[in-house]
Amino acid sequence: MSAPEAPPVAPSSALPRQATGVDRRRAFVDKLARGACVAATVLAIVPLVAVLIYVAAKGIGSLSLDFLTNTPAPMGEVGGGIKNAIIGTLLLVGIASLIGIPIGVITGIYLAELGRYSKFAQAVRFSADILGGVPSIVIGVFVYTAIVLHWGYSAMAGSVSLAIIMLPTVIRTTEEMLKLVPDALREAALALGVPRWKAISSIVVRTALPGIATGVMLAVARVAGETAPLLFTAFGNDAVSTSLTKPIGSLPQMIFTHSTSADAEWHRQAAAGALVLVILILVLNIGARVFIRRRG
Amino acid sequence: MSMMMAQSKSESQPITVTPPRAATAPATKMEAKGLKAWFGKSQALKGIDLPLAENQVTAIIGPSGCGKSTFVRCLNRMHEVVPGAHATGTVTLDGADIYGAGTDPVLVRRRVGMVFQKPNPFPTMSIRENVLAGLRLNGRRPADAAALVETSLRQVALWDEVKDRLDRAGTSLSGGQQQRLCIARALALEPEVLLMDEPCSALDPIATARIEELIHEIGQRYTIVIVTHNMQQAARVSHYTAFFYMGELIEHAPTDRMFTQPSNPKTEDYITGRFG
Repeated sequence: MSAPEAPPVAPSSALPRQATGVDRRRAFVDKLARGACVAATVLAIVPLVAVLIYVAAKGIGSLSLDFLTNTPAPMGEVGGGIKNAIIGTLLLVGIASLIGIPIGVITGIYLAELGRYSKFAQAVRFSADILGGVPSIVIGVFVYTAIVLHWGYSAMAGSVSLAIIMLPTVIRTTEEMLKLVPDALREAALALGVPRWKAISSIVVRTALPGIATGVMLAVARVAGETAPLLFTAFGNDAVSTSLTKPIGSLPQMIFTHSTSADAEWHRQAAAGALVLVILILVLNIGARVFIRRRG
Repeated sequence: MSMMMAQSKSESQPITVTPPRAATAPATKMEAKGLKAWFGKSQALKGIDLPLAENQVTAIIGPSGCGKSTFVRCLNRMHEVVPGAHATGTVTLDGADIYGAGTDPVLVRRRVGMVFQKPNPFPTMSIRENVLAGLRLNGRRPADAAALVETSLRQVALWDEVKDRLDRAGTSLSGGQQQRLCIARALALEPEVLLMDEPCSALDPIATARIEELIHEIGQRYTIVIVTHNMQQAARVSHYTAFFYMGELIEHAPTDRMFTQPSNPKTEDYITGRFG
């Protein structure tokens, strides 16, 4: 009568039992899936690490204080530096950020908070997505015809093209990050008698700030490395320039012209310039993150 | 004090029911008249007439989807925040229509506070900042912020639990503590009416008991409207109960009468668990 190892109604007795074929298969599939995830992750990191090591190894030899603080020497001569290009890139990216970040963030706020379901918002969203898919050289050509043909090559023309390239990323990440903020927080603020603009600026945007800042940093880092649109907007300048209305040099363009030249010294300098560009972007990124963590 | 005030106003009040815990009928703080509400094309409230007694707790009960939450959200104009939602009819606060032309919903919400179903402290703010959020976001600097934080947190019996970590994030607290923090945040603005939309449904029984105790205490100083799915809770904390069913108000009566001798058979069916 008694069946000590398997009483009919006793859920606890169902747990400690021998592993069956199904269990072993499940464990095997689990291991396989985990392995695939780790392998894919490692594969994704390999190019990143490889690029960093390559740039560092190639560039570090030509890196010196003279290289950073001098303007380029004529081809064939030893020495010369990239002071003009560093200042140019900082200025171009700075002005582009001043134009692109406010417009992009405010547009993102409009899309997420104010006009979320309106036809206009859908049109803007669609345009931003299309703009994000436009090759940067096409934007360069646009700015060339819109600005350069009238006023000539200038730092301003370069900054405008970078700002346009920055816009879609800034708009869409801002919108997506704001959408992640739970409606409960919007309601909590409104129910305290907080005006809507204040609820959006002080609660919703503040909550989404780390995400928005990450998106903005990605956009800034991306345009800092843009070359094509600068070739026929900012044009390039071997002398240090801080004028918005004159042509200006930049690191990506310096890397481009130096590495496509026939001079071995210039090749080495191109690698060093690339290293400086990577470090610059890294510093920008880390700086922004530290700043946000302090404020958050 | 509140009894005396209630007494002096009682003559002009239309309420004829006998309140269970006050000697005379209390004044009406808010009143809905012909209140209808929609979400897009579907109607959630079909003409509600309901007075809310001053410094008393009114419980709103009824099955899911009967319009309870919609009703309380109409009382501080939070209903219209939902895209596509709108309401018609009047809701008076001290006799003035909060849906009247030129009435700013922002100002209504400062007088009629709200506590939500799920605790929603601001994640970017500390416990202290959360309590002061309503004032700070409205551009007001309290003369003595530390004292206000302490009184507000004492009112919700949270002070002793958090006084040593006021700078920790509001979201670091447990669910029940977070909900009490949210109540403190609403009380810091000194609202005249406090709306509570199922404030205990996300809490465990101990936290629930604490909130109920709290409602009991502050219910003598504030006009409270509490939506609840829990009939025992309604019976425990409220002076009046209103039963909603399919967007209509079926019955409104003093709580002890509602639960002992309901006048409408639907009410009886619901509170005895025959449906809902």
